[in-house]
Amino acid sequence: MAATSLRSVNPKFTQTLASPPTKSPPFQSPFLRFNPTTFTPKPLTTRSTFVTRSSAAEPQERKTFHGLCYVVGDNIDTDQIIPAEFLTLVPSNPDEYQKLGSYALVGLPASYKERFVEPGEMKTKYSIIIGGENFGCGSSREHAPVCLGAAGAKAVVAQSYARIFFRNSVATGEIYPLDSEVRVCEECKTGDVATVELREGDSVLINHTTGKEYKLKAIGDAGPVIDAGGIFAYARKAGMIPSVAA
Amino acid sequence: MASAVISSSPFVCKSSTKVKGLGFSSFPKPSQISVHRCQKKSIVSVMAPQRSSPATSGSVKTGMTMTEKILAKAAEKSQVVPGDNIWVNVDVLMTHDVCGPGAFGIFKREFGDNAKVWDPEKIVVIPDHYIFTTDKRANRNVDIMREHCREQNIKYFYDITDLGDFRANPDYKGVCHVALAQEGHCRPGEVLLGTDSHTCTAGAFGQFATGIGNTDAGFVLGTGKILLKVPPTMRFILDGEMPSYLQAKDLILQIIGEISVAGATYKTMEFSGTTIESLSMEERMTLCNMVVEAGGKNGVIPPDATTFNYVENRTSVPFEPVYSDGNASFVADYRFDVSKLEPVVAKPHSPDNRALARECKDVKIDRVYIGSCTGGKTEDFMAAAKLLHAAGKQVKVPTFLVPATKKVWMDVYALPVPGAGGKTCAQIFEEAGCDTPTSPSCGACLGGPADTYARLNEPQVCVSTTNRNFPGRMGNKEGQIYLASPYTAAASALTGHVTDPREFLQ
Repeated sequence: MAATSLRSVNPKFTQTLASPPTKSPPFQSPFLRFNPTTFTPKPLTTRSTFVTRSSAAEPQERKTFHGLCYVVGDNIDTDQIIPAEFLTLVPSNPDEYQKLGSYALVGLPASYKERFVEPGEMKTKYSIIIGGENFGCGSSREHAPVCLGAAGAKAVVAQSYARIFFRNSVATGEIYPLDSEVRVCEECKTGDVATVELREGDSVLINHTTGKEYKLKAIGDAGPVIDAGGIFAYARKAGMIPSVAA
Repeated sequence: MASAVISSSPFVCKSSTKVKGLGFSSFPKPSQISVHRCQKKSIVSVMAPQRSSPATSGSVKTGMTMTEKILAKAAEKSQVVPGDNIWVNVDVLMTHDVCGPGAFGIFKREFGDNAKVWDPEKIVVIPDHYIFTTDKRANRNVDIMREHCREQNIKYFYDITDLGDFRANPDYKGVCHVALAQEGHCRPGEVLLGTDSHTCTAGAFGQFATGIGNTDAGFVLGTGKILLKVPPTMRFILDGEMPSYLQAKDLILQIIGEISVAGATYKTMEFSGTTIESLSMEERMTLCNMVVEAGGKNGVIPPDATTFNYVENRTSVPFEPVYSDGNASFVADYRFDVSKLEPVVAKPHSPDNRALARECKDVKIDRVYIGSCTGGKTEDFMAAAKLLHAAGKQVKVPTFLVPATKKVWMDVYALPVPGAGGKTCAQIFEEAGCDTPTSPSCGACLGGPADTYARLNEPQVCVSTTNRNFPGRMGNKEGQIYLASPYTAAASALTGHVTDPREFLQ
């Protein structure tokens, strides 16, 4: 397991943490704050990939994300996810990483009445982003999946993805990019309460507000990489690169 | 059989005889080839394209496409097929001021503060995105890259320290994709990665070039390798004489309009044909530049004498060109009769929202922007100047000129425009009332910090030679961006409306 002590700081440029920023957010899961009337709360598994990345997930383990949905349309490009003016923020810098989260999806047009992150807030109250076709098209900027993860979202469920966005999501382990089989963006509404359950061969999105369930496509080869915590952790596990040098 | 396919566009002949189980219908009905958004199509989202199983009889070696060959060689394998996950050796890694700090930050975090890059001569650091701005963070990012390059002894760092006068910086170049080509870093047969989506531009040189994120780049910095999935290839054969009013930008907008913004997702776009052979390197770069706007993984053009001439004048590093085998498998085939095409634009707010320029002549515009890796090269300015000179009129709207690199800027001021009696681009632009060509950088193509020159800060209509027009791309979320060729942009500047360049060129 990577050492968690801070490395020596070069005063010229910003320090970075020795281990990838852990996703144990100080804020409460929206699930715990929300008082729905129509369902029984399910306990969050503490071994969610995004909380303790250092422990390897077992293949049969159920990964669960639960919370509110934020619904967007087709072709949500990287300029809408994180406008270019915010690219001066460096994601490997912890403070700027948090700032990026506060700007997540701020580029969406005004027709989106509910904002993904409320003005003045740093985190989102939505755990699951529901998208249409070609989510994340446009730039190769890694800031796109990073800001969604930094904001506190756990997963995107979309009909299809642009390749660089998908690849960056996997490489960073910041957000789970999941494929739906139908047009879920037309059947879910922002604010719906949902659960995403990932299992071997049998993953689902459950919309508790509408009562509907949707099958999700298997994550395939990307699974082991995200499970390990991103491409570096995976490469270390596979012996491709040595562990972090002393 | 292929020629019997009727499509909505009389100039496109789509042959699907080689489509194998990837969700494409064999004979698409005209209504299915939509020139606009892809909502009605079912896009198969795959990270691993389904592999076709050729009926081989054991010892038959399958032919490979250019991209498959390049990747096979880089993976030290004799054969690869689409869908293979392979570890590939990287020849060149490029980064810039926006993603460089993040990529190096990850490199240090994962490999250690004292780690050294895999090869300090194979990394090219090109500040270009947010340069001429007072934004402190943007300026800091260039300083951060300087520190990293010093520490790691990076050979190619095109630094800038004097923001007040770009010419005072001996090393500064400008837009990374144009600089890579101009400085001889693009070579046939190689693998070039960059922390920028338009890295695919370099495919014009017959190499594998694609954009990656900071984490992948951090990995490459340490190891010189990357894990890639071999993409299947879509072939685009463009034949016919290029009309005098048409440019490569029109060709790629035509293609993206045909297949949509996700039409080439996870695939290679290979361009060939007599028209391609007639294109200059800069025009080929424009074509490959926007491959990513169709979702493509990489674009590629077979190298020829034009390529070798360009490359050998800029580098002495040896290279080995490769070509698709005659029996290679392509996942789609598109044929275009270029002589019948007309100037097109991409209307707001998507690069696939194609329309004929002449059908948009009632669209009133507020400004014109000529610049970026897509449309800010020397030939792009030459073309705009040629049209303005032929027209002999003044522009009706503010016309912003942003040369991509220092070399382009110098060409704009030094090179005579053919047929203009010895006048340079700069002279013609001045006489036509355009803004003075500004310091070379990515400029307002992607908006940028608030004080970026020519940024769209109000909900205005702009005709631009850039590559994307999604909401907010150049700044204001309600800004309306029409993507166009330099000819179309210049013509539009003269009338104050979206205008077909034939109004002034024939």
